[in-house]
Amino acid sequence: MDQHLLSIVLFTPLAGFLILLLIPGKQKDLIKVWANLVGFVGFLISLPLVSRFDKGISGFQFQESTDWIPSIGAHFHIGIDGISLLLIMLTTLVGFLAILCSWNAIDERVKEYYAMFLLLQTGMIGVFVSLDFFLFYVFWELVLVPMYFIIGVWGGPRKLYAAIKFFLYTLAGSVLMLLGILTLYFQYHQQFGAYTFEIAELMKLDLPLGLQQWVFWSFFIGFAIKVPMFPFHTWLPDAHVEAPTAGSVILASVLLKMGTYGFIRFSLPLLPKASVDQTIVQVLAVLSIIGIIYGALVSLMQQDWKKLVAYSSVSHLGFCTLGIFALNPNGLAGSVLQQVNHGISTGMLFLIIGVIYERRHTREIAEYGGLAHVMPKFATVFAIAMLSSAGLPLLNGFVGEFAILQGAFEASHAWAAFSVMGVILGAAYLLWLYQRTMLGQVTNGRNLHLPDLSLRELVVFVPLIAWGFWIGIYPKPYFDLLDKPVQQIVERVRPDYYQGGAQRVASAKPRAVEAGAAQ
Amino acid sequence: MSQYYSTNEAFALTPALTLALFGCWILVFDFLFANSKQKRYFALVVVAGLIFAGVGLYRQQAFLATSGDSSIIAFSGALTIDRFALYFNWVFELATLIVALVSYNYLEIEGEHHGEYYALLLFAQCGMFFLAAGTDLVTLFIGLELMALCFYVMVGFLRGDKRSNEAAIKYLLLGAFSSGFLVYGFSIMYGLAGSTRLTDVAAAIAARPAWDPLVFLAMTTTAVGLLFKISAAPFHMWAPDAYEGAPTTITAYLSVASKAASFAFLLRIFLGPLAPARDAWEPLLAAVAILTMTIGNLAAISQTNIKRLLAYSSISHAGYMLLGLIAGNDTGIQGIAVYVMVYAFMNLGAFLVVIALRRKNIIGDDVDDMAGLMYRSPGYAVLMLIFLLSLAGIPPTAGFLGKYYIFLSLIETHHYLLAVIATLYVAVAIYYYFRIVKTMFVGELTEKAPLATSFGLRVALGITGVLTLAVGVYPEPVLRLAQNSFLR
Repeated sequence: MDQHLLSIVLFTPLAGFLILLLIPGKQKDLIKVWANLVGFVGFLISLPLVSRFDKGISGFQFQESTDWIPSIGAHFHIGIDGISLLLIMLTTLVGFLAILCSWNAIDERVKEYYAMFLLLQTGMIGVFVSLDFFLFYVFWELVLVPMYFIIGVWGGPRKLYAAIKFFLYTLAGSVLMLLGILTLYFQYHQQFGAYTFEIAELMKLDLPLGLQQWVFWSFFIGFAIKVPMFPFHTWLPDAHVEAPTAGSVILASVLLKMGTYGFIRFSLPLLPKASVDQTIVQVLAVLSIIGIIYGALVSLMQQDWKKLVAYSSVSHLGFCTLGIFALNPNGLAGSVLQQVNHGISTGMLFLIIGVIYERRHTREIAEYGGLAHVMPKFATVFAIAMLSSAGLPLLNGFVGEFAILQGAFEASHAWAAFSVMGVILGAAYLLWLYQRTMLGQVTNGRNLHLPDLSLRELVVFVPLIAWGFWIGIYPKPYFDLLDKPVQQIVERVRPDYYQGGAQRVASAKPRAVEAGAAQ
Repeated sequence: MSQYYSTNEAFALTPALTLALFGCWILVFDFLFANSKQKRYFALVVVAGLIFAGVGLYRQQAFLATSGDSSIIAFSGALTIDRFALYFNWVFELATLIVALVSYNYLEIEGEHHGEYYALLLFAQCGMFFLAAGTDLVTLFIGLELMALCFYVMVGFLRGDKRSNEAAIKYLLLGAFSSGFLVYGFSIMYGLAGSTRLTDVAAAIAARPAWDPLVFLAMTTTAVGLLFKISAAPFHMWAPDAYEGAPTTITAYLSVASKAASFAFLLRIFLGPLAPARDAWEPLLAAVAILTMTIGNLAAISQTNIKRLLAYSSISHAGYMLLGLIAGNDTGIQGIAVYVMVYAFMNLGAFLVVIALRRKNIIGDDVDDMAGLMYRSPGYAVLMLIFLLSLAGIPPTAGFLGKYYIFLSLIETHHYLLAVIATLYVAVAIYYYFRIVKTMFVGELTEKAPLATSFGLRVALGITGVLTLAVGVYPEPVLRLAQNSFLR
């Protein structure tokens, strides 16, 4: 059991999917119960990953490896480190909550809906556990199809446009990334005389800078579209706005992280020379900062609740990529933590929009106002989500942003200065949104008798709120978890970092932790 | 070896002879099954013929495996049974089998159920046998014409249908024209070598400089004829019309078996006699490949008829396969082999669904006829989705492997620009394939008549669907087979 724990986590949703196909489509309640059960069990069996994970070991744990396609050197090789562990826990939890929150929202084609979610779940976990590039690519692409259907079938008025746009953008990015993968694969064959897709093996490659840069850009296109980084973000608002609530939640919380995860897991360790190349770092940082500020400014302008949150994702993910390309432990650890935080807080924001949309069927901000009087529980939950997203101390968002800014400051003062503006603007658009929708008098008569959160709806929020407070108040376990993998990556891209700046690093890490804890 | 005929040669010919014999049997005993309903037994005869031919192929394969010889050479070099030939013959077997299984019901609906149809299928496959195994210009040409003549007739098989007649005439005229080019090229090759054996021609061409004008002339004219057969741009004009007008079963057969056979032919010529002139033809074929992918993919976007759409998609696939030849290393050639195989079952599968849409009084070949298929027949809709994903090359379906090898071979040979173009067209392709998906899954169900299913159709769909997924998830056996067949 222990050796196959990760496989079990990976394939539980797939098994659930296959069994779901056997249930007749008319038995909607049975389908809902089954899908929720699979989601819940999927989360529960991922918990042992946390308890049995050894923080002290660097490298991958729970590894499983078997030959898959020997003639091309592809293996079924999976394993996790601290970074993937966090993202997997986020996936299993948010995946379950997304299924749970769909109970009343989806009434048509229920069977297909839940089938798509379960398939998606396996695809997403697969992306985070793959240690073989071929396997990774298969999971990476596997995610596209269910997401296309989730947006395209159960989405809003412009769902088909949004769905195909999402599909085309990400597919174009990933096929170009495939060329980069194949280049590495071929180079490995040139240097070592064998074909393999193993990441660990490919890391032994010694490539000239020029080639690394080309491969880096091909990876960049694949990952940057997924993140999405400015200027590849245009698919995101469409997809978010048109997707059903659960689709938006999954999209924001997990799918976008596949891009940032790709940068951390593949771009940096596989292409260390290109990753520290000044041009590349500058371009990436500038694009991240543009994303941070542009996303925030556009959010300020939005009339549509969901679009506002969608653009805020562009801004927040800008922080994550900035943290990665600060190329120091603070930036990287902050980036990973911020990915989780964004998953928690933006996931909550989309759930909140889903709750209100189910009641009023509009997302126009102007339609609302003074909801705090009518729906006090709802307003409280929204306040927590909003503050966590805005980075208020005591809540999760603060810790991540703080560590990223610290990393950015260490890399360049200018980066830090510009990205701080994103924090301020972030607080502005979120608070303003809250003010316009929740506070003041109820101006619209139709809002007078909205029911407050039901128990099921509340249950969806509780784990996320709890997790948010945990990270906000006591982030030390998370930084401990990320310590080894982050250290490994930094050693890989900047071998002299720990020798030259050992003193600085030793003092930098606890500072971030204390700062988060002390607030 | 006796001068005229020996057991060795009989052994080499067995599969072709079997196919021809069964075809003749159908022609002779056509009267046995008088009415249209009974004609379906001929499908069984075809299956029997395929089984016997398959036994012949299997024995040849076993002989090659045990004797350690790389090939069985018959008729003093006019026919060479090597693993390459056998590999392609397995593809033909599969294609003919699937088409025979689905034809009887379809022809009954079309009201044109005749025994000759089944005979023509077998004769066409007999021609393909020679295309894959022939190593002599004359053998190859006869094989080609045998196959093409059968197709001319089969494309026009719906005598009462204007579109079918038009398609047949177009295909015949253009086909004859392209054969003329091909023979012209062959005649120059013969002039160069004084022999029609491919090995002799290869030696003669190798003795000349790469840019020799005569070689160039022979190469270009031969290439025109071959490119026509694989429906590469700019010689693709016939394909959409022929595909649209032909009975859908024949469209499927044409797009898969005929294309595979033509690729076998093309590889024999370009990797055989024309190999020394690679410097001359590589840029030419690269241009053709880019043009083919461009025209195929872009024209497919605006099609409203599924058969035309799949015709353009099949044009673009020819472009991808050509890329493997342009790369020209082992990976590329193996890539073509894998591509031909997976293309066979995924494309057949897609056409099977279109065939099921043809019902009494419903033509069913517009994209809109697919509307709401998910509500009507979810199984068919999901299978179609799998085939389309595979055609687009999305893992974990079989189609991805074909593309994988082609891309890898381009990278290995440093054709980076070609690789980028080819990959970006994958995204274009997904756009038009997903127009069908969108119609099936989101469109309103308008036509409630049940699909035209039959036992044969379900079996055929099962085979193609399972292969498309299984090969995608566990491709090792197919890759092994392709590797063994194409090791040079």
